[in-house]
Amino acid sequence: MESNPQALGLVRAAIERATEVLHFHEEESRAIVRSVDEALANVIRHAYRGKSGLPIEVTCRHLHRTQDGACASGIEIVLRDSGVRADPAKMKGRSLEEVRPGGLGLHFMRQSMDEVEFSRKKGKNQLRLVKYLAPAAPATPPEGE
Amino acid sequence: MQIAARAIKGWTILDLSGDIDLSHSPAMRKALLGEIKEKHTPKVFLNLKNVRYIDSSGIASLVEGLKASRDQGSRLILYGLSKSVREVMQLSRLQKIFEIYEDEEQALAS
Repeated sequence: MESNPQALGLVRAAIERATEVLHFHEEESRAIVRSVDEALANVIRHAYRGKSGLPIEVTCRHLHRTQDGACASGIEIVLRDSGVRADPAKMKGRSLEEVRPGGLGLHFMRQSMDEVEFSRKKGKNQLRLVKYLAPAAPATPPEGE
Repeated sequence: MQIAARAIKGWTILDLSGDIDLSHSPAMRKALLGEIKEKHTPKVFLNLKNVRYIDSSGIASLVEGLKASRDQGSRLILYGLSKSVREVMQLSRLQKIFEIYEDEEQALAS
């Protein structure tokens, strides 16, 4: 996509569809969509300083892992941009005790996703967001068994 | 996103619909601050019934509107919040900071 705020709606729709296909619950789906939207908005505002028409690479894939003998499935979304190097010191979010505009996007991401990783690779900022599906509840045996 | 304004008893209701994101929050901010700071409307209601999505830039505009209304001695009242908007309010821990009502009837009676 390009660093155009008008493109955000399209990306939200695509991510929402991907989470539906992977059977995320509605609430989790909204949280994932919100995280990706906030991450892209940060790229547009901070990495590209509001300039439109600059490239943002968005990749999304189905993820599998095995932990403690159990298989977990999830979604991984990776954003890459060629904007200003992200400053880790400015990526700590802020206290919510203070009522003031701004600084909430990162908080939303950290609250909603299982993994949030920033890195700089080959001259590009990279943000990796991961959310695993909650394990299915054990089936309730039919009455009388 | 679309914004329409209605006048009732000298108050203003801003009916918002669609998504309030980075692309659209400046328009909402302008409408909101215009009512509060320029028109000095004593009560401004935001009808969010048809808002499907709000991002942190939209929340920032609401906070700015709230601060402006406090400075002016007026009231900013929200109603009709969808699940999605409520979640964002909770995540931001702002649900107790704003005056929030279920529907228009309750909001106007407040």
